Amino acid sequence: MIDRDELLHVARLARLALRDDELDSTAAELSTILDHIATFDELDLGGVEPTAHVGDVDDSLRTDEVRASLPRDVALAPAPAVRDDGFLVPSPQGE
Amino acid sequence: MSEELQALSAADAAAAIAKGDLGRGELFEHYRARAASDELNAFTWVAESMPDSVDGPLGGVPIAVKDLFCTEGIPSQAGSKILAGYCPPYTATAVANLEAAGAPILGKTNQDEFAMGSSNENSAYGPVQNPWDRSRVPGGSSGGSAAAVAAGLAPWALGTDTGGSIRQPAALCGIVGLKPTYGAVSRYGMIAFASSLDSAGPLTRNVTDAALFYRHLVGRDSADATSVSFPEPIALPTSERLDGITLAVPAALVDGDGIEAGVRDSFEAALESARGLGATVVSCEIPSAPYALSAYYVIAPAEASSNLARFDGVRYGLRVDATNLDAMYTETRHDGFGDEVKRRILIGTYALSSGYYDAYYGRAQRVRTVVASELSAIFQTADFIVTPTSPTVAFGLGERTADPLAMYLSDLFTIPMSLAGTPAISIPSGLSDGLPVGLQICGPAFSENRILGAAHALERAIGFDGSSAWSAL
Amino acid sequence: MAGHELEPVIGLEIHVQLRTATKMFCGCALGFGEPPNTRTCPVCLGLPGALPVANAEAIHYGLMIGMALDSELAPVSTFHRKNYFYPDLPKGYQISQFDLPLCSGGKLGKVNIHRVHLEEDAAKLNHAGASGRIEGADSSIVDFNRGGTPLAEIVTEPELRSAEQVGEWLRLLRTTLRTLGVSDVNMEEGSLRCDANISLRPTGSDQLGTKTELKNMNSFRFIERGIRAEVERQRALIEEGESVTQETLHFDPKTESITSLRSKEEAHDYRYFPEPDLPPVVITEAMLARAAAELPELPAAREQRYIDELSLSPESARLFAWRAELADYFDAVRASEASLEPQQAANWVTELQGRLGDQEAVDSNVTAASLAKLASMVASATINQGGAKQVLDQLVEHGGEPEAIVAAEGLEAVGGADELAPIVAEALDANPELTERLRGGDMKPIGVIVGEVMKQTRGRADGKEVTALVRQQLGLS
Ligand SMILES: [Mg+2]
Ligand SMILES: [Zn+2]
Repeated sequence: MIDRDELLHVARLARLALRDDELDSTAAELSTILDHIATFDELDLGGVEPTAHVGDVDDSLRTDEVRASLPRDVALAPAPAVRDDGFLVPSPQGE
Repeated sequence: MSEELQALSAADAAAAIAKGDLGRGELFEHYRARAASDELNAFTWVAESMPDSVDGPLGGVPIAVKDLFCTEGIPSQAGSKILAGYCPPYTATAVANLEAAGAPILGKTNQDEFAMGSSNENSAYGPVQNPWDRSRVPGGSSGGSAAAVAAGLAPWALGTDTGGSIRQPAALCGIVGLKPTYGAVSRYGMIAFASSLDSAGPLTRNVTDAALFYRHLVGRDSADATSVSFPEPIALPTSERLDGITLAVPAALVDGDGIEAGVRDSFEAALESARGLGATVVSCEIPSAPYALSAYYVIAPAEASSNLARFDGVRYGLRVDATNLDAMYTETRHDGFGDEVKRRILIGTYALSSGYYDAYYGRAQRVRTVVASELSAIFQTADFIVTPTSPTVAFGLGERTADPLAMYLSDLFTIPMSLAGTPAISIPSGLSDGLPVGLQICGPAFSENRILGAAHALERAIGFDGSSAWSAL
Repeated sequence: MAGHELEPVIGLEIHVQLRTATKMFCGCALGFGEPPNTRTCPVCLGLPGALPVANAEAIHYGLMIGMALDSELAPVSTFHRKNYFYPDLPKGYQISQFDLPLCSGGKLGKVNIHRVHLEEDAAKLNHAGASGRIEGADSSIVDFNRGGTPLAEIVTEPELRSAEQVGEWLRLLRTTLRTLGVSDVNMEEGSLRCDANISLRPTGSDQLGTKTELKNMNSFRFIERGIRAEVERQRALIEEGESVTQETLHFDPKTESITSLRSKEEAHDYRYFPEPDLPPVVITEAMLARAAAELPELPAAREQRYIDELSLSPESARLFAWRAELADYFDAVRASEASLEPQQAANWVTELQGRLGDQEAVDSNVTAASLAKLASMVASATINQGGAKQVLDQLVEHGGEPEAIVAAEGLEAVGGADELAPIVAEALDANPELTERLRGGDMKPIGVIVGEVMKQTRGRADGKEVTALVRQQLGLS
């Protein structure tokens, strides 16, 4: 179960706007899914270790060698707004 | 000539080009024309011409590439409005490997947004139609890739599978789809859905094509820390028999309620064919399988909620202008993501959030451990686990969109292998009321050569002919 | 709580930029003031599909830091994602470490270390003023050159008790890191940044009060001043019976004022989870062996060696060892004049540093060779202490050779009976009254006579020698 307040909190964490008329239906949908997910509470998982990665990797590290960076115009090309050779965003301190 | 060309499998076409019987340009143009007049909405972008250098063992046989893969200078939109028109500055390793082997890009294929879906209806670029029945879905999320190959719009295609996204559409479209061992194919440049589950693999007309394609796809990539080198070369399968092979059928799962009678019949017939080839069929149990679905629908959304945080309107993609940063973020993401993506972001954020982590994410990771060990125990005594790929044949467009949970259940048979990171193939086992049914063959990690061999033997015995779908252009 | 003595409880979180060739998770060269956004790639821009691969050298540096701090090194270390939105964070999460940091525990000086973990630095956000495009709105510009720079985050236990102690300990830490060669540890350039968690409690209590976090202080002076100001702010609150609010604060060194950084009180929920793109890092025997082999002599060991082998005073030993540049300078002085008594050399280095303030001796006008020369001229009585200090003043001011300055200024010591005896005799003759008192056994006026001789010799005589001559000429033994 997820209620309106929890949904708003989660949407806030995820930076997703939710319209008022989306709130109840979304909360209901998510609750149905979460209730189904909760069926795994039936499993006894005592002593079972979590798996975060499958497979064994021998050496996943990178040697400290410089590789060419992107030309700046290429890096900036897909940006929605650019100024002074940087990515322009509304100020975090803005109203 | 056009019909003869169309009838050539990718491997046959590559051989014909190598012998000089077929021109690369001719083959490319044949498929380019078909892709360009695609009426299934399988393609989101089609090449204008063949690139200059297409040397290599794949001989110039063109590939369709799921739009989830970054392709330099070519739109790579992942089925999402938030990436509308986005052209990356680099190409995914998997695509680059195929190009280097001589397979030019024919086009980019439609998909569920960020690979979240099982019907290809969650695409900002519209749903894809199933070439066997255009009122039905092709499956998903690699629906465009599967439909393109089934309809003969492309000789073969690159797809991705996180919980069944290669196997299920392959099944619903009557073609072959291989989900590799996790890590065998580089994920670099593949737009991430759920990093610990994502894998890239081929969708092809037959098993030999899958092996040939896969041979040039695998390999350790220093740009992907989770990638591993495949311990042996990928062979072209020649098996015609299954003598001494044990197939394990998870009885409780396969006899469950959700499975259609026609699917079950086709599956039983396939088992009969296997016995005829010398295989032994035994029953097995995967007690955690029903919970695997729950675990998957926690782990995948949790990773996705984090992977999709980068779509924030700052460096690329859609931005909804606003005077403050938070409004820019929340409105951009509200408008840029579709409903299913938002749903999963919310579930994943919830599952990771303070106070819920242990009950959801932590628990899901433990279920994952159990699933993997149950599969591994079965492989101690059986060579393969076999199931239907999907509990149903292709369903109607719009039929399940109102019920996300029902849609999630389409992945019941494919998800355990995704959680375990083990390989599995789907091959056509026949038709049910004129619609294809898929058979899933699963083995332990790095058993692709053996899986391809068994699939090849069964494919010959079953003798499925998908050419009737080619007319659906 | 009023009525109790209050003591500050201070813990530090120090972010150290590592001096690798490339970033933490991609092959971009580290940025050092290049034009904006010229050191980026798909990985450090967080482009769709890009994946991180951890820099082996950063892990190596992390192990060296752990060894230097006497930490327990993890056999297997994992990366986690710390999720939050900010324009300087391209992926919407920072790759950091959570429950299995590279190094746990440890100690430096008297302060216990809680942990050391590796993570990636954020990009740089520059204020851009009103954007023009959107009426009246303020904008920022993001430069991703710094984004992804490898950081070691060193977290102490809350064991520091004063601003001064923090300043002294941070200098030791900086010296240790510089000696290791793992970082430029330059606070002005931001390669060493410090946050302080500060709370007060009744002296002797083992409870912790509500803490505040003072963010991102970028010089030793600001850190000490900031902590002092925050301690006083909290003390005033508590003494007035008010409570301290847990918040993140900024200290403005110009106005000495402390302001809250987050006005909107937002619950932080970073949703840490294991980074699926990075397999756990297995620390092999070979990695440990290499880190151990590359470990240089650290300040604590150097301090002990100065005491044991050079018989330096504990004060000198610590002063030098905790300031590696000064110790290196001291070693250079000794190397230049092998016959010098180490403590004498040490005293002259200390004398010099006292005149330099914040400037390092090695950056001053005084070369190690010239200071060594000066010290040995004193040792051989070619010049006396007073004269030598005058020479040192000149060296600090203009540089040059001590011998030349001595010659030019006529500062050679006046010594030996030949030179000094007539001057002493003259001084006694000029002060018959005092001379009488001295003869009578009243030694008080001897200072006046010696002072007279020093005046005549412009300070070039040795006080002891003069005293001896006075006694000799008066037949006093
Ligand atoms: Mg940190
Ligand atoms: Zn980079």
